[in-house]
Amino acid sequence: MHDHAQAAQHAAPTGFIRKYVFSLDHKVIGKQYYGLGLLAVLIGMVLSWLMRIHLVWPNTPIPGLGLLSKTGAPGGVMTPEYYLQLMTMHGTLMVFFVLTNVPFAGFGNYFLPIQIGAEDMAFPRFNMMSFWTTFVAFLVLMAAFFVGDGPPLAGWTAYAPLSAVGADSGPGEAVGQTLWAISIAIFCIGQLLGSLNFIATTLDLRTKGMTLARMPVSTWAWFITSCIGLLAFAVLLPACLLLILDRVAGTSFFIPANLVVSDHLQPHSGGSPLLWQHLFWFFGHPEVYIAILPAMGIISHVLITSMRRPLLSHRVVIACMMSIGFLSYMVWGHHMFVSGMNPASSLAFSFPTLIITIPATILTLIWLGSLYGSRLQITAASLFSLGFISMFVSGGVSGFFLAQPSIDIYLHATYFVVGHFHMVMGVAAIFGMFAGTYFWFPKMTGRMMSEKLGKLHFWLTLVGTYCIFMPFHYLGLAGNVRRYSSFVDDFMKPLMPVHKFMTIAALLTGAAQLIFLYNLIHSRFRGAPASANPWEATSLEWTTASPPPVDNFGGKHPVVYHDPYQYSVEGAAKDYIMQDSPEPAAD
Amino acid sequence: MATVTQAPPNTGSPAKPPGDNAGGGGWRSLVPADGNPHTTRDYSPPPARTGIWVGLAAITMSFAAFTSALVVGKGSTLAWPHIELPSVLYFNTLALISSSGTLEIARRRFTRNGETAAARLWFYATLGLGLIFVSGQYSAWLQLRSEGLYLATSPSSSYFYVLTAVHALHVLGGLGGLSRLVAKLTGPVPSLRRSTLYATSCYWHFMGLLWLYLLLVLWMKL
Amino acid sequence: MGKFFAITIVIIALASAVPIVRHTWAPPQNISVHGSAIDDQMSETMVEAGFSFLAAQFVLAVLVWKFSSRPRDAKVTKFPGGAKGLVIAALILVGSEILALGILGQKAWASVYFTPPAANAIPVQVQAGQFAFYFRYPGPDGKFGPLHPEKIDEANQNFFGVDVDHDPESKDDIVTAELAIPVNRDVHLLMHSKDLGHSFYVRELRIQQDFVPGLDLSLHFTATKTGKYEIVCTQLCGLGHYNMKAYLEVMPQENFDKWLAQQAALQ
Repeated sequence: MHDHAQAAQHAAPTGFIRKYVFSLDHKVIGKQYYGLGLLAVLIGMVLSWLMRIHLVWPNTPIPGLGLLSKTGAPGGVMTPEYYLQLMTMHGTLMVFFVLTNVPFAGFGNYFLPIQIGAEDMAFPRFNMMSFWTTFVAFLVLMAAFFVGDGPPLAGWTAYAPLSAVGADSGPGEAVGQTLWAISIAIFCIGQLLGSLNFIATTLDLRTKGMTLARMPVSTWAWFITSCIGLLAFAVLLPACLLLILDRVAGTSFFIPANLVVSDHLQPHSGGSPLLWQHLFWFFGHPEVYIAILPAMGIISHVLITSMRRPLLSHRVVIACMMSIGFLSYMVWGHHMFVSGMNPASSLAFSFPTLIITIPATILTLIWLGSLYGSRLQITAASLFSLGFISMFVSGGVSGFFLAQPSIDIYLHATYFVVGHFHMVMGVAAIFGMFAGTYFWFPKMTGRMMSEKLGKLHFWLTLVGTYCIFMPFHYLGLAGNVRRYSSFVDDFMKPLMPVHKFMTIAALLTGAAQLIFLYNLIHSRFRGAPASANPWEATSLEWTTASPPPVDNFGGKHPVVYHDPYQYSVEGAAKDYIMQDSPEPAAD
Repeated sequence: MATVTQAPPNTGSPAKPPGDNAGGGGWRSLVPADGNPHTTRDYSPPPARTGIWVGLAAITMSFAAFTSALVVGKGSTLAWPHIELPSVLYFNTLALISSSGTLEIARRRFTRNGETAAARLWFYATLGLGLIFVSGQYSAWLQLRSEGLYLATSPSSSYFYVLTAVHALHVLGGLGGLSRLVAKLTGPVPSLRRSTLYATSCYWHFMGLLWLYLLLVLWMKL
Repeated sequence: MGKFFAITIVIIALASAVPIVRHTWAPPQNISVHGSAIDDQMSETMVEAGFSFLAAQFVLAVLVWKFSSRPRDAKVTKFPGGAKGLVIAALILVGSEILALGILGQKAWASVYFTPPAANAIPVQVQAGQFAFYFRYPGPDGKFGPLHPEKIDEANQNFFGVDVDHDPESKDDIVTAELAIPVNRDVHLLMHSKDLGHSFYVRELRIQQDFVPGLDLSLHFTATKTGKYEIVCTQLCGLGHYNMKAYLEVMPQENFDKWLAQQAALQ
């Protein structure tokens, strides 16, 4: 009698706390991650509005800001340091608590077990711990707003020695920066537990007939992302530990000798600022692929259903995602071309950076090629997926410039870079989240969202985000430097009209997100009831009730007979065949 | 020139229902030799077996990061005073390696012969040797302090403390796992799962191997 | 609605391309010797990137236009060639682009980083610190005196921490708040950070290089046009980062010699 792999059995929970708070159920945990991500994105978005308002109307008091910080914004007028502090929190919240939380931990936790036919994740208790660890990290980070002289101002990248020497380097660099480092270290632990779960679950808990090749593309994306995340966060954690020690224990991992900061000769010696950059970006670059790969998986999954046909080649798509994951570990130096590292290393790093264009291009061509000859259904979910393709192209193309060290000499640290990463992460990845939400909301809640409002949300967001972020590239070409709280330089002052345009676009687009929020909340309580399979989709999540029962399949173990995308099969009765249907399908 | 997107259905034998043992296949995707493409055999290992290797991969990566930091750190400064490794470290090493030995004895006694009581004693020995290791590491730190070498004294002393402390922390975690294991063996009905034993043992042996590696790095670089 | 999507995408794509094609916001004119190679590379990349961007958006628009709102019974057909053709196309197209740009790029990069400064290059030390740049010329002895961080005294204008009383080489060093250089002569910039990470960026020179505390980095370049240009800090260094700047003045050799003599008198 061999050990049959199954998730640690847990009985259906009773009581509010067990059901909704400290729940072992991956579906609840997925929703908790999603909720946390939603809260983080709202805060992050408001921070971005504050930043953009300050850039174009620096002397206008912002109502309420003086209450948040008397020293940072006396009378509601933001100081230069507070701009940087808000900027740091904006980046940290968005990259960690939104882009890692929602597409990966949120949707992945909810749907990976169901898509592979399992009852739950491999380690439900670790899963619960991973969410609450992430939540604690969030609280520690937010605490930085309310301590001493506020949050750190070193950016989400926290370069040493600025982030390492302590209070001497600026406001927020005492307690605020330490809280930041502790928060991120705790976040790493949460992510490691999460990745552990995803990997073990994917490898061990697939149901009968579900070979690796038969997993949906979204599952593959989560699996590859968890492999990347496991190794990346395992490097960030030591880095944060060393930073904390430099700050509180007087060590000098990142601080060299003879530094005079704010007239104080620093008592450190022997450290290397570049070491922080290497450690950070060794994590940081895979991190951005952790942000985008799940979105690629989600929009592919949505598009397949919407197009009523599989992608041109399942294997090629998965191979591309795998090679992107693998290459992501070889390119980190492209953030450091002019950092003072060996210029020969810069050339070395530029090659894998350019090469990563190849799988990205193949993916784009496959998406486009799959649209050809399809029967594309236009829904809110499919619109956001198509918008993802457009945004991914736009954002990817600017990367082509930055991948070349000689061009980077000019464009590094300008708004060009900011435009690039906002398009891929701040828009494309977010479009993936929207697509996932509109697509899976019926399954998660048993109710339909308003398609009309969803489409309106899409149009306003598509046009709005292009209006916000395209001009970033033009500003960058003109040499507009980033991370500036004001533009006092001769050559930047004439660019103010562009900045005004971007700020207004940002405020309007932000307001448009209220439509999404309203739709989300209203539909949760008043949406039309959803059937088990409102999109006539084929993967396993659509074979069970909306929402699924506690053990996902109501005591049954699904059996899978073919790959998950049997759409428009010649000779079949309907234009889709469920993955658990024994009906003969194309091979 | 429309080309059909899918091949016509296989109108040969209809799909056979999978046998009782058909399942996911663990990290291998296997199709049985009888040729029926619609079923697979179940070779899924219990999740703990996979999970421990995933966890060890993460720990390996973390120590790889520490090692790179040490190498880069040493290369970027002249202020790297040599640290004479306290001799107690070698004694600690002996304790830790022996504990792997006692663990193996315990594990085999339990799995092959079902000798729960004997196994328990050898597990206690492992725990004891592990505790000796950790306290020995602490005395190494005390010895360095007596020589005036603290955490922040020099870059090399910093790496000594950080590497040994982080390893010791992981060993403490391993001791926790071993205690849990012993607790499951105690009482009228032992409830220790083979996968838990496997995972805990892998972790503990890894701690030993990791220590040998760290000792080598410290000896070479400090 | 698919048609509406197609139209919107095309409009967005074209509108995005307009400022690029019209050079509405563009890099300022290059004034350095190595800069033209960088500009050439940028133009070549812009053409390829621009083409890829427009092509991809158009193709997306056309496909969505054609294949959305088809009748329920329309047959789903496969792209001719399938995935294989697209993979090969991507490999060839992108592969050749990468090769071309990679090889081209090496030259431009090498001219900045792998060529030594000219024999008659002027050495200038630049120190970055929260939140200003200061410059030091070696004076007639051609040597820079050693730096003593503990002697830094901004109030008394000892920005670098030199000890003129005890270090003979420091006696003739000239410290200024702006960087003046002669035109058409190589300048060897020695970069030193007083406190944290900063960066030296002059758009017109096509130069950008971080200062790393604890590392002796250097840069060399030759300016080809006289004029006044801004040096700005591009590495986040604290609350005054936005205001950390200095001026670069490129002037004819005789003017430079006069200026240097004036500065020496002010020390």
